[in-house]
Amino acid sequence: MTKLTDLTIEQALNGLNNKDFTAVELTQVHIDAMGVHKGLNAYITDTPELALEQASASDVRRASGDARPLDGIPLAIKDLFCTNGVQTTAASRILDGFIPQYESTVTQKLFDDGIVMLGKANLDEFAMGSANTTSYYGNVINPWKRDGDDAELTPGGSSGGSAAAVAARIAMGATGTDTGGSIRQPAAFCGISGIKPTYGRCSRWGTIAFASSLDQAGTLARSVKDNALLLQSISGYDAKDSTSANKAVPDFAAALTGDIKGKVIGIPKEYRMDGMPDEIEKLWQQGIEWLEAAGATTIEVSLPHTKYALPTYYVIAPAEASSNLARYDGVKFGYRADEGDLTNMYEITRAQGFGEEVKRRIMIGTYALSSGYYDAYYIKAQKVRRLISQDFIAAFEKCDVLLTPTAPSAAFAIGENEDDPIKMYLNDVFTVPASLAGLPAMSVPAGLDAGGLPLGLQVIGRAWDEETVLKVSGVIENLSGFKGL
Amino acid sequence: MAKLVKGETGDWEIVIGMEIHAQITAESKLFSGAPTKFGAAPNSQVSLVDAAMPGMLPVLNEKCVEQAIRTGLGINSKINTYSVFARKNYFYPDLPQGYQISQFEDPIVGEGEIEIDLPDGSVKVIGITRLHLEQDAGKSVHDQHPNKTYVDLNRSGCALMEIVSEPDIRSPEEAIAYLSKIRMIVRYLETCDGNMDEGSMRADVNISMRRPNAELGIRAEIKNVNSLKAVGQAIEYEAIRQVEILESGGEVVQETRLWDPVKLETRSMRSKEEAHDYRYFPDPDLLPLKFSQDWVDEIKASLPELPDQKKHRFMEDFGLSHYDASVLIAERSRADYYEEVAKGHDPKLAANWVINELLGILKKNEKTLEQSPISAEKLGGLIALISDDTISGKIAKDVFADMFKNGKDALDIVEEKGLKQVTDSGAIEALIDEVIASNPDNVAKYKSGKDKLFGFFVGQVMKKSQGKANPAAVNKLLKEKLG
Amino acid sequence: MSLDIKSIKKVASLARIRMSDEELERISPRLSKIIDFVEQLAEVDTDNVEPLANVVDIAPKLREDIVNDGGYEEKILANAPESSQGYFVVPNAIEDNT
Ligand SMILES: [Mg+2]
Ligand SMILES: [Zn+2]
Repeated sequence: MTKLTDLTIEQALNGLNNKDFTAVELTQVHIDAMGVHKGLNAYITDTPELALEQASASDVRRASGDARPLDGIPLAIKDLFCTNGVQTTAASRILDGFIPQYESTVTQKLFDDGIVMLGKANLDEFAMGSANTTSYYGNVINPWKRDGDDAELTPGGSSGGSAAAVAARIAMGATGTDTGGSIRQPAAFCGISGIKPTYGRCSRWGTIAFASSLDQAGTLARSVKDNALLLQSISGYDAKDSTSANKAVPDFAAALTGDIKGKVIGIPKEYRMDGMPDEIEKLWQQGIEWLEAAGATTIEVSLPHTKYALPTYYVIAPAEASSNLARYDGVKFGYRADEGDLTNMYEITRAQGFGEEVKRRIMIGTYALSSGYYDAYYIKAQKVRRLISQDFIAAFEKCDVLLTPTAPSAAFAIGENEDDPIKMYLNDVFTVPASLAGLPAMSVPAGLDAGGLPLGLQVIGRAWDEETVLKVSGVIENLSGFKGL
Repeated sequence: MAKLVKGETGDWEIVIGMEIHAQITAESKLFSGAPTKFGAAPNSQVSLVDAAMPGMLPVLNEKCVEQAIRTGLGINSKINTYSVFARKNYFYPDLPQGYQISQFEDPIVGEGEIEIDLPDGSVKVIGITRLHLEQDAGKSVHDQHPNKTYVDLNRSGCALMEIVSEPDIRSPEEAIAYLSKIRMIVRYLETCDGNMDEGSMRADVNISMRRPNAELGIRAEIKNVNSLKAVGQAIEYEAIRQVEILESGGEVVQETRLWDPVKLETRSMRSKEEAHDYRYFPDPDLLPLKFSQDWVDEIKASLPELPDQKKHRFMEDFGLSHYDASVLIAERSRADYYEEVAKGHDPKLAANWVINELLGILKKNEKTLEQSPISAEKLGGLIALISDDTISGKIAKDVFADMFKNGKDALDIVEEKGLKQVTDSGAIEALIDEVIASNPDNVAKYKSGKDKLFGFFVGQVMKKSQGKANPAAVNKLLKEKLG
Repeated sequence: MSLDIKSIKKVASLARIRMSDEELERISPRLSKIIDFVEQLAEVDTDNVEPLANVVDIAPKLREDIVNDGGYEEKILANAPESSQGYFVVPNAIEDNT
């Protein structure tokens, strides 16, 4: 029999139903594995007691015939989702020790569907980063290694703990959040799949905000089908979030028919960037061939403002963040530096409570919104954002989904790109445009680079059409025959 | 009523614009389901949203939107069916989010105008710039501890309307009249209770001085002006302060000043001013607010009669003076009371009795109209007795005092005490005869041309009747008898 | 455009982040680099383009005016660094925030 930690969620649900094992057993093997892989630093907070409690409650439900859709499945929860009574930090010193008195809508929905929480997954501080190196609790290590090289690699970010945990089999799946690529890029770096749904599909209530107009919850798992199952659970209208869409949630797993005959796949020509590694170019071409072989047609489309997506993002996201993070002031919760008068308390609390990258982004955002610069930076970026969004709308008149690489490289070494913020930001060059347009997008592992590291392909869909994104991703998954760790 | 300030070097004109913050009457807050009641235990009316807990999101209260539209219509202003919420970013302990959700570029209500009634009976039009929706902050308590501030977030997130006027106001009297008028309108509309003591209504006053009709000068904004009286005092103080600066060759600093109601002075709040840059931007947690013109029309159709409409109707339908009408409409309940009294009775007489007698006695006894022992119907009964000559106006005052004491019907009191007016000419003639008989000297003097003595005879007859004789009948019969 | 130390100081003060002179020196070239990077937006023709603040194409639902929240001061104060008698406590804040 395969190890329980090797099962997909779909397989585990079958095993639980067939009484091959219990939720407590399934949970325990994951807790044990977490101990073995402590060195990855994938979790900020482990919750083994809670997990076993939830698992045994799950076993009781299943025994009495009231099993819920995800009953007994052990997951990692990104530590950006507030969990009632369980420390939630956003990987920031400023929230060290913060115990929410409420449950985020996303985690509540998962608990309602029976999941077991193994712990709170590490991330970049306030989800700001692409290498999971900005966490106050230390960086996360990618379970993958380059062939013949023991160097520690980044899992990507910001959902680096989530991705590493799923890849290392110390969680069957995980929640993530994606503001500019924070699910898709780590999924690609860790050889798993992950989906960011349409903005407004999942409630943001109780999820610590980074950039409100971009943040969207999503999932990471070892198969496209598992992602569909998890996404099903966390999707849906929430009256507590004014940007949540009151739209019916389709049966995502049912969309995985494998049938993409007649679908038109758009290949955005502007994504063919100068200096892109050959193997990424090759993998992309391979993806096109797979989809054509499965009966789809591919056409070249143009997204002319692609080049401006990153600069647009690096105005809008920091601007919103500078305001969203104003509430961390040492008054109501979290870290306080006990230093003299009010201004000192504020300034030293925030100087000590936030890490370098967060401070940098708050500064950029504050600057972009300040008088005299607002029009040149913020308003300008919002205008370009509309152009970017319109590019996608025009492209989707000609095709059903877009296929692109997920990231411009495979996982890199920890510490690399750290001295140059722009170089770090370039990690998100392929993921940011869909974020700005609020579109659903998925990364699916498709092959390995020359060093034996996973590479992902990205499928971007029309707004609210996660079904086609999942369907096409499922075909790539099948044809690539990608083997995880 | 523009009031000029006499300086040493000539006259100065006061130019005033006002920003009124009015707390919206609603059960729950602008963006959360926490209650809005005044005076609860600290932090007991605070939701996770109001305390800006991580991940909390605002959801707009429909009633507050409706109230803003009602008020906008009530101040004759343009309703914008598209408006945007924006964040105003600054740090303060009672501002938990680190920003106030307000409206900046696209407010829910645009330009309009209202009429204000001045003490000399004249009317002036004041322009409205805008009305926008925003969150209130919490409360900082400074006197609990020598070097700590205590923060209560109960008020945090309550809905406010900020009503901004054009700089059309020219004197403390006009400012008071403007604030009173806005207060009257929101109370009529029941969109704000107008309670300035509890802070449900607060005013910021922008003041600058200029030579008559010259260009606008540099203004100072005075905050924390929380009563009608304080508005007058603060303007008087500030006008003199600025004139002194200007006349000594100085320049007024554009700044925020605080009104100190104890020391009766304004003082600079420069500490807050120094790093002002609110970095407004559209709140990404809230989509633009859009509603249909149909909804606006529906709300418009449901508005009560507004003070000015009522005033004009009272003047036209009841023949009241501008002054009487504006006194009666000052409170919606007062106007309703008056209309009830006037129902089927002489409206001018009714106005006199309500304004001069009822309001006077209520004030003397520190009672509100709602607490009046004399109902509108009963006061109407009294007026009916006057109109049909059952009692004289003078007797009526005594009856009224009795009614106020014991709440009885006027007619009952009149009958119990036998106060009915004597109109029977036989009885009056008998009294006249008695008076003539006992005053032969005066009769002789009168007949010899001392007309002034007529009043003496009237008085004597009335006295003999214990005030009950009908004065008109007495007059008529006396004239006949005395020839 | 490069961000001079004086501007950065002002921004840090607006953002309530204390920065030592040495930190200001260190952060300056990085911030300037980012600002330079975003300044390429200037080359995009955005005449007649409306700013896009939010991509959601839905009409937000408004909340009914009912009281269904609050009344749990212990939860509100649970994570407070300092509290007393039901209040949050902070170092003296002088002027009134009105
Ligand atoms: Mg104001
Ligand atoms: Zn205001």
